[in-house]
Amino acid sequence: MLYLSAPRLVPVLGFLLLPIFLNAYWQKVFLSVAVFGLLAISWDILAQSGMISLGQALFFGVGAYAAGTLNHYFGWHPLVTLPLASIFGGLICTGVLLPVLRLRGVYFSMVTLIIPLMLVRIVEATKVFGGTEGLSGIDALPSHWLEIYLVALVLLGALFGFRRMMDSDYGLVLKGIADNDRSVINAGINIYWFKAQALFISSSIGAFSGAFMTHVYMFVGMPVFALDYSILPIAAAVVGGPGTLAGAVLGACILVPLSEILRGIGGLRIVLYGLFLVVFIVGLPEGIFHFIQRKYHQFERWVEVD
Amino acid sequence: MGAGPILEVTGLYKNFGGVQAISDLNFILNPGELLGVIGPNGSGKTTAVNLITGFVKPTEGEILFKGEAITGMAPHKIVRRGISRTFQMVKPFYQLPAFKNMIIPLYSPRVKKMRGGKYGDRDAVALDLLEEVGFERDSMVAFKSAGALPQGYLKRLELAKAIALNPELMILDELFSGLSLAEVAGIVPIIEKLRFQGKTLIMIEHRLKELFRIADRVLVLNYGQKIAEGDASQVMDRPEVKKAYLGAE
Amino acid sequence: MLLGTLVYGLINSVVLALMAMGFNLTFGISGVANFAYGAMYIFSAYACWILANIFHFPFWIAIMASILFTTLLGSLMYRFVLLRVRGQVLSEVIATFGIGLAILELFRHLGFIGFEYTLPVFIDHSFMIADTYVDMQRILIVVAGALLVAGLWVFTHHTALGLAFRGIAQDERTALTLGIDSDWIGMLSVAFGCGLAAVAAVVIIPLGSISPGEGYEVLIKALAVCIIGGLGSTGGVIVASVIVGFAERFTDTYIGSHWTMIVSLAAILIVLAVKPSGLFGKQKELDERI
Repeated sequence: MLYLSAPRLVPVLGFLLLPIFLNAYWQKVFLSVAVFGLLAISWDILAQSGMISLGQALFFGVGAYAAGTLNHYFGWHPLVTLPLASIFGGLICTGVLLPVLRLRGVYFSMVTLIIPLMLVRIVEATKVFGGTEGLSGIDALPSHWLEIYLVALVLLGALFGFRRMMDSDYGLVLKGIADNDRSVINAGINIYWFKAQALFISSSIGAFSGAFMTHVYMFVGMPVFALDYSILPIAAAVVGGPGTLAGAVLGACILVPLSEILRGIGGLRIVLYGLFLVVFIVGLPEGIFHFIQRKYHQFERWVEVD
Repeated sequence: MGAGPILEVTGLYKNFGGVQAISDLNFILNPGELLGVIGPNGSGKTTAVNLITGFVKPTEGEILFKGEAITGMAPHKIVRRGISRTFQMVKPFYQLPAFKNMIIPLYSPRVKKMRGGKYGDRDAVALDLLEEVGFERDSMVAFKSAGALPQGYLKRLELAKAIALNPELMILDELFSGLSLAEVAGIVPIIEKLRFQGKTLIMIEHRLKELFRIADRVLVLNYGQKIAEGDASQVMDRPEVKKAYLGAE
Repeated sequence: MLLGTLVYGLINSVVLALMAMGFNLTFGISGVANFAYGAMYIFSAYACWILANIFHFPFWIAIMASILFTTLLGSLMYRFVLLRVRGQVLSEVIATFGIGLAILELFRHLGFIGFEYTLPVFIDHSFMIADTYVDMQRILIVVAGALLVAGLWVFTHHTALGLAFRGIAQDERTALTLGIDSDWIGMLSVAFGCGLAAVAAVVIIPLGSISPGEGYEVLIKALAVCIIGGLGSTGGVIVASVIVGFAERFTDTYIGSHWTMIVSLAAILIVLAVKPSGLFGKQKELDERI
């Protein structure tokens, strides 16, 4: 019993108890880990459904601006803007990407890559939504601990909930679409509808993380569409182990603190991410999580037979 | 069973950027028939299937299923109307056990509608369906991963996936290819059972002897055109057909 | 003003076409989307600068060498990375993306930023066309662009290798049965695309300066043009470049320079909504895989 539940308890207890022991600086890092963990989960769900997103920043940024504008222009409370920004963010992103779903996978990657980068320049040029200065003075969440535990619970919920979803028959259809979409069409299933659903789920998760960060930093501006938000989730998922959601979170837990520690070496960080991406995707495509999983299952142990 | 043909193909043409894959294809299929479609490689048999099942849009022509025009309809919608097909190149989800491969067809809205809105236990239904195509329950072969199954079983799995959708018209693309005589002999009873259940079938085949034993009628394609149609024995006596298969004398 | 806008529109179009050509070609031939494309562009520019300014090679030699090096880099990337993940779109995309990232950020980290990082124009002269000044470099760009397109056409229609490229692009399996080695062609297509990126860089960079950020810009522009024109279609790239090139210039002159990016994005969104595979795109999802 412990054998089965231990791997699940570790992250749960870890995320719930760890913040208590961290100082303020590392609590901020904790928030980052959770946010990037969510972005990585979002990426992984799309990847499992056959869509490789190079633009998680799009979801992040749309959610961030959605929450920011709802709060800045309408004065709505963060606990209201968060769910709304997530859903609206998801709808907007899904709507924009809908036409690309019918095309070869590479189009999806291309479009998701360039749209956020274009949005940065557009915001800068048209000075909309605060332009280069962005919107400041956004309300924070009512309490510091609420901040931490809200995102921790959302992360855990997303991890276990969506893992369950991907393991279910519904998830099987999504994975089937990724693997052999002709076969799924042949079963009378409208694959574009399913792809759109996966897209909506992923982009809403991404939008939530953006909205959340807006309220943590009490600010939203052009940087939310930065390439960083697109790259790190992919690196986390690839390093941690694509296709498992747990790997994505594991990857975030490794890379985000690592990136904090390596802050000193500046831009070289991203060079390392790039190299990590290449090394892992080519050399160790199963990622760290699968590796650990295998080793864990290889331990000899006594089992009681009734 | 309704009056009137179940499938009517009229004046069908398909051009792939310069290659005329299908020219002026016309035929009618009545409910309950088993139509064999034969012809040399490259004669357009699979293209014809793709046109009927909506995976490819025709350049010209009309296809009526049970009187309703399905020309140019999206493939998943055609499947929901009652046509299902198997693919020549069988590509199951290799890492999954055989019965899990059945989940996706069982997830189809058509199946949901037939069960009155409830899916029921898909795993159990999958095992039942597999048993009907010869996955012996005792041997637990249905639980083996698809990658470990021999071709004969993979073909049956493919067939089971098509049957799961409870179709009225089934189009089987080279079901017998790659099978030993014994394996073919094992599958034929399943086809007979389908016919007994009232299903209409189109079978594209290269294995002429086995096909002629069960087909009511045969249609011969060559270079995308229909060159003969009729009884199996009649058709094989025609000089055009011999020429197509064996070359000019 | 109108004539000036038209002239600069043409130049802009050629610039865009030059940028997009390499990426489009690689994809059209072997289906590889080379997300390291922007990095290759910048790499060749920096290589040329380093050869000319640190090793004091004559400028013409530096240009030739940098184009060669970039082509070589492309083949190495294919041979050691892409070959292992050939056919798995996820891995190809991420691998090329990662490499591109590493290259660009490495240059940024090593400090190669500043106005001194630029390549000299070939001939320092300007003309007056109607009421606008046009410098020689820009004219050269148009000439180079025209030559390149003509050259490519001749290459793909009249040389054995070029025909092989087209064969693979049309139908990989058939080409294989004819003895055309898919892996070799794949490597050549990536190398070729990178080489084109290098040529484009050498001709265009003199208009401004080299910076790692440019690498992302070029990738964005190449992707945008390819999306609008249709991946894999040379005609599409040309038409899309013309449309976007002129649209950007007219927007810049008559509406305001900060609207040009919006115009590009709007063009992309419209194309996606109306004809997602691009103006000349032939991406019929299912047709091509049955």
